[in-house]
Amino acid sequence: MYVIICMHCFCPQNYPLYIRSVPSQSELKFHYTVHTSLDVVEEKISTVGKAMAEQRELYLGLLYPTEDYKVYGYVTNSKVKFVIVVDSSNTSLRDNEIRSMFRKLHNSFTDVMCNPFYNPGDPIQSKAFDSMVSAMMVQSS
Amino acid sequence: MADDVLFEFLHMEMVSHVYKEQASREDIDKERVTCVSTLEGMGFRVGQGLIERFTKDCPTFKDDLDIMKFLCKDFWTGIFRKQVDNLRTNHQGTYVLQDNKFTLLTQVSSGKQHLEEAPKYLAYSCGLIRGALSNLGLESVVTAEVSLMPSCEYLL
Repeated sequence: MYVIICMHCFCPQNYPLYIRSVPSQSELKFHYTVHTSLDVVEEKISTVGKAMAEQRELYLGLLYPTEDYKVYGYVTNSKVKFVIVVDSSNTSLRDNEIRSMFRKLHNSFTDVMCNPFYNPGDPIQSKAFDSMVSAMMVQSS
Repeated sequence: MADDVLFEFLHMEMVSHVYKEQASREDIDKERVTCVSTLEGMGFRVGQGLIERFTKDCPTFKDDLDIMKFLCKDFWTGIFRKQVDNLRTNHQGTYVLQDNKFTLLTQVSSGKQHLEEAPKYLAYSCGLIRGALSNLGLESVVTAEVSLMPSCEYLL
């Protein structure tokens, strides 16, 4: 079983719209990790160019000496980025599961966007979004 | 089904409501401009949300032209149930979208009658396009022209 440690959502100007982590871990370290992974995301976006029009990008890497964990990224067409950090201490993750997680995230984000009381660029405060993320984090731990 | 017509009615009411609001306050001078910007603002926000929904399943766009094509086909079809009839560009950032039978104008007239009222009804859709483009990362200025009802042109 794997454990999702934290989940971030960044807007096109690269400031965080939504941050959620499992509280018992050292949060600052994960915030730092996620921010550095943004650089990699940017790099990937800029090199798509004439290559395939692949919407999802899976970023595998950032192995630290003490703990093993993987950072996954996903970019929507409106340049909103989602980053998930997973602790894969036991078995390896299946691609499909990560993809489905991102799918759910994207769907919930779309719903938040369509809410007329939400201004784009504000931190996300929707309860539905929160509960969806909690359900995902609980389910996988 | 009555689905298509529902939005047309809502839109007509929206336009007349905004104008009535404005008329009941002071300044006849500013009336026109503020009404149009209110309607355009509404369209902007809706465009942003709509584009999020429509692009959920599409692959990433390669360049501006791709975005414009998507706008003309899928986006327009999703909202007005038809595609944009003509797309022209000067390859330097200006695009002209022409729709020969614009849904929101067909009921108004089919000739030169009521030409001066037309801009009110186009403000919302200008905002829609602008909102959609801004969420895709393109800053733009959208203006609309009507020469012969019910056809209209959008200049970006």
